[in-house]
Order: sequence, then structure tokens, then C-alpha cells
Amino acid sequence: MKKTKADPKGVLTGAHYMDGDHALAEGALAGGCRFFAGYPITPSTETAERFSSRIPHVGGVFIQMEDELASMAALIGASWGGKKPMTVTSGPGFSLMMENLGLAVMMETPLVIANVQRGGPSTGLPTLTGQQDMMQAKYGSHGDYEIIALSPDSPQECFDLTIEALNLAETYRVPVLIMTDECVGHMHEKVIIPPAEEIEIVERKWYTGPKDEYLPYKNDKDLVPFMVKAGDGYRFHTTGLTHDERGYPIITAECQKVNVTHLIEKIRKNADKIIKIEEDQTDDAEILIVSYGITSRVAVRAVQKARRAGIKIGTLRLITAWPFPEKRIRALSKKVKAIVVPEINYGQMVKEVERNSVDRCKIYSVPHLGGWVHDPEDIYKVIKEASK
Amino acid sequence: MKKEDRLEKNPIEEYLRMDRIPHIWCPGCGIGTVVTSFIEALKKNKEDLDKVAVVSGIGCTGRVAGYVKMDSFHTTHGRAVPFATGLKLANPDMKVVVFSGDGDIFGIGGNHFIHAARRNMDILIICVNNFNYAMTGGQVAATTPMTANASTAPYGNYEYSFSLPYLADACGATYVARWTALHMRRVTKSIQEALNHRGLSLIEVITPCVTLYARRNRLGDGLNLLKYYYDQSVIEHGADTRTLDIAYQGKLVCGKFIDKEKPTFLDAMNTHLSNVLGDDYELYGRINNEND
Repeated sequence: MKKTKADPKGVLTGAHYMDGDHALAEGALAGGCRFFAGYPITPSTETAERFSSRIPHVGGVFIQMEDELASMAALIGASWGGKKPMTVTSGPGFSLMMENLGLAVMMETPLVIANVQRGGPSTGLPTLTGQQDMMQAKYGSHGDYEIIALSPDSPQECFDLTIEALNLAETYRVPVLIMTDECVGHMHEKVIIPPAEEIEIVERKWYTGPKDEYLPYKNDKDLVPFMVKAGDGYRFHTTGLTHDERGYPIITAECQKVNVTHLIEKIRKNADKIIKIEEDQTDDAEILIVSYGITSRVAVRAVQKARRAGIKIGTLRLITAWPFPEKRIRALSKKVKAIVVPEINYGQMVKEVERNSVDRCKIYSVPHLGGWVHDPEDIYKVIKEASK
Repeated sequence: MKKEDRLEKNPIEEYLRMDRIPHIWCPGCGIGTVVTSFIEALKKNKEDLDKVAVVSGIGCTGRVAGYVKMDSFHTTHGRAVPFATGLKLANPDMKVVVFSGDGDIFGIGGNHFIHAARRNMDILIICVNNFNYAMTGGQVAATTPMTANASTAPYGNYEYSFSLPYLADACGATYVARWTALHMRRVTKSIQEALNHRGLSLIEVITPCVTLYARRNRLGDGLNLLKYYYDQSVIEHGADTRTLDIAYQGKLVCGKFIDKEKPTFLDAMNTHLSNVLGDDYELYGRINNEND
């Protein structure tokens, strides 16, 4: 894996006051994204607006496509053309992207999608927050696959994690999702953009061997195949059909097993390297709060109140939502009495927490159906109940 | 017999993925004919195959990408055009060719086509029109002539059908031609011209679907359909695109209808942003485009 420094042309070094949506665009430019295709959708549109105003000065392409199906297809094409592409959307657009998300997974194409989540289902709450697409992020496209999804809790993290997402996409040849939400997207905070030489960029794993020996889906040691770009004379083929190392369709159960197992294992076996979580006071905790995105910040007040009341409580924040940090949850579930999971949905990631703690501790879901964040008091009540 | 032992070689072998032959197309199908014309055009134009990419969607014609030996992409149903858009914009020195069927490009992918044409995206679209959804068993399509039978129109089709050249013209395509599989040399010539045309080109090629369309409508075999093309096709270059509807077993007006110059998406982007932003604008892809 070759690492370089960011191209200074895209890096707006300095201290800024900006919202999460804008920070996503700046993260994209700093992280080396030079191709953005998107379709306007609240509450994500500001990212596309900022990218479109900045890219002419940096060198690259912004194109507003006819819909989200087209945006995703264009991203995959652009990625095979050698660009690091990105798009941004929200619930209804995310649903449309699921078709070609599957194609990107199958073709092992690096790209980044940010989902500034709003309340659903359907048109739902266009202008109000939600975290209801977390399971869709993992299971939304048909078939079995693994994916990487990150969850920023602030505009600063929108910037940082977009760079991280672009790097992860290149490292694992996989689409990477940034699952933020309306609240973080529209929240203005200080965002520090470091100098270009302090930003690490992962270069694509380019193949350099003999042209006629290139196999687009031959595993390397890290399970990630080398890539080439169109126009460089490799004359390769790639397809959404089940395929062999050459990228040729093989419609058999045997090939399907090899192909799909590979898509899953290249993420699962590298999960320890991918997963990032943030823990606080989990060493002697009796109660654990697992949260992510805006909800982890709302939970802080409930946690503070619980500590003042003498409850031993620790927090775990999912910076990486997928792959889910199974090992750590399993370990903590052996130590704590209960795990409390507030999220702005009817209870999605809590299912993963349950699955990984079996019956070792009690699990409390604190659902909120979107439109606003939790009242910290509601989370505190559940913590208190759990600590009894 | 090993390949190298054979006395005769197909003259277009080096352009094909011979390790994937035999192909899946039925005897009497016209898709292979169009592929041959495409490859003849590449040969005659002396195109650098390293710089030609083929993007297909899903369906019988969608399989073309799998057989041609150049950078080739077999994508999702209907999305070949936006995929090609991304590929072209990322790599403007490539010639990007969408090779797919009528159902793929104008049924499920219709919205993408009209917008690519509106933008005058610099891609060539070769649309093989066999009047039905063949891969799935001969269902009615947006191109099925009225009254023709299809598996989901068992009593005959009562929907109006698209006239592809008219649609392309109305949406802003800058090169539009229609031929049948019978007009091999003319198809080749059109593809040669379109490969050198800057902007969105559409070449519609009407081809026999013997197994489904012809059988269900009792039209005979491939030869009978070619006979129909021979009897009923008329060449009218520059014909008014409003007059190109196709009735069931009716007249097939062929020819080159549109061939005009207009800035492509990237030309327009570069020109406009240079005018507005001056030296602040980073030109994109122009150096490569000048080689075209």
C-alpha cells in the first residue's frame, strides 16, 4: 500500500467555521477526490454545492446527474477511469443507489458515498434528522456482501472521516459509506484543516506486471486484488455477473462460492485494521452506552448525570459502524451488567449489540423515531433503570 | 484441435476474447453482425484499441462487452450510459462506446439516454434494436411495433412505440443514424464516422430476433427477416426525424439523419468556466481532447 501526501491544491488549510455538509466536500477535496457526481437531495445538497464551486479551481469534474442511479453508475465508471470518486445523498437517494452499490461491490470498485440521513421511510422528514439507514447501509443491496461504513459525530469528523473513507476505499477496493445525519450535516462548528503535508493519502493498488498477465480479481496476500485503469492497455473485462479471476462470468455454484466468499472475507479478515471505536471509562463500567453520530454527543449529558448519581458508566462510540466491532462488544458484554443503545431509529445497531452479547448482559434499546435528537433525560432514565 | 493448429483464422479474432467463444447468441441473431461491423470500423479507422472502451448494460446485446478484447464493462440494467459518462469524464482521451439493446438503453435506461444526449456527452451509443426483451424470453418493449405479439402482449401490443432517432434528435444528439443488420457496410461506415464525431452519437441497428420476436409473430427465420429488411428498408439520408416511426412489418426508413457540430459537455464546461473564472480555472482534459 503506497502512501503519499495530499495534493495542496485541494487542501484549504486553516481554521474554519463550517457545517458538516461543507466539511464533507472539503474532506473530499483534501482526500484526493476529483470526480463528484450527484443529485440534489435535502439535507445533503450543500456538499454538492460546495464541491461544484470549489472544483473548477482545483482541477476535476463535478456533474449533476439525472438521478441517483446515474450518479452511482458514473462513480463506478469514473473510478475505473482512474479517479477517486464521491457522491452525497440522503434516504430516498440512498435507496436508488443500492442497485449500483451492489455493482461497485461486485466489481470491487473504490468509491465513497456520504448519506446525510433524514427521517424515513419514504420522503419522511426531508429536513429533520434520523439514523434509520444504518441497516440499509449494510444490507440494502441484494446478495451477500460486506461493506465499510463510518459515522462522524461532528463537522470536524466529517472532514477527517471523508479522507479516511477515500483511503479505505482504495485500500480494500470497496465502496465506503459515510453515515452522517442532518444534525451533524447542518451543525456549524470549528473545523481545522491541516497543511497538505500532514494529510496521508492512500494510493490505489496499481498493478505493474506484464500486460497480458493481468487478472483483475486475483487475490493478493491482503485479499485485495490489484487494479488497473481503463485506457492503459490492459484490455481487461469486468462484470456484475459472478466471475472468476479474469473477470469472466462463470455461472456456477462453485464460482459463486469463491467470488462471494472473497467479497466478504477481504473485509472480515481485515476488520481489526478497519474498525475504529472511541471508549471512555469502560475499564470498571457496570453500564455501557453504545452510540454513534449525533446521538453519542446527546448521550454525553445523560452519562454525566449518571456519573454524578454514582453509576459506573462507560461509553463506546462507533466511529466505524460496519464492519461492526464484534470482538470488543463481546468482551465488554462479559464485564458489564447492561448495555444501553440510544439511536435515532426503532432499534437497528442494537441488534448487532444483542447478537454479540447473547445473554451475557441486559440490553436496553433507546429508540427515537427521528425529527429530533433524544432528550438526554430519556437516555438517563434508561441508564438508571439498567443500573438497578 | 488447438487454436494455433487451425489453418484458417477469423480475421477479427485479435479483437475478440477468443477464450470466451462460442458466444451465447442464437443462430440467426443479428447482434454478431453488428459486432463484426463495429470491429471492421475500428480496423478501418486504425483505432488504438488501448484507448477504446466498451460499456454494456444487461440483455442479449449487453453481452457484447464480454466478447470484445478491449477495456470492457458489463454493468447494470439500463445504466451503461451513465457508467460511460463517468468513464469518459475521468479519462477524456478514451473513446467510450456503449453497446447495448433497445430495452436497456431506451426502456429502463431511457432517462439516462435523454440526459446524455442533452449534455452532448462525447460517447458513441450503438443500440441493437430487436423489438423485444429477448434475454428474458420475448417480452413487449418500448420499441415493439404496435400489434406485434410478445410474451407479455399475447394479444398484440397496443402501446405506441418509440422512434429512437426522433427521440435522440429531440434530446440533442449530434450524430444519429439508423440501419438494419442487412446494411453491414453502411453500419460499419456509420460507426467509423461516429467514432470520429465529437459529441453524442446514436446508431440504431434493427436486427432479427429469430428465437423470440420472429417465432412468436410467425415471421419465419433469420433469412425471412433479412428479406423483410431488404424489401421494406429505404435509405433517406437527412430525413425529417419526425417521419421515422416503425409500423409492424412496415417501412424501415434508414440513413444518417443528423450529423452536426456542437460543443460537448467537456468543451462547454472548459469554455464556460474559462470565460467566467479566467486564470483561476484549472482546464480539465482539454490537452487530451485536442488529439481527437
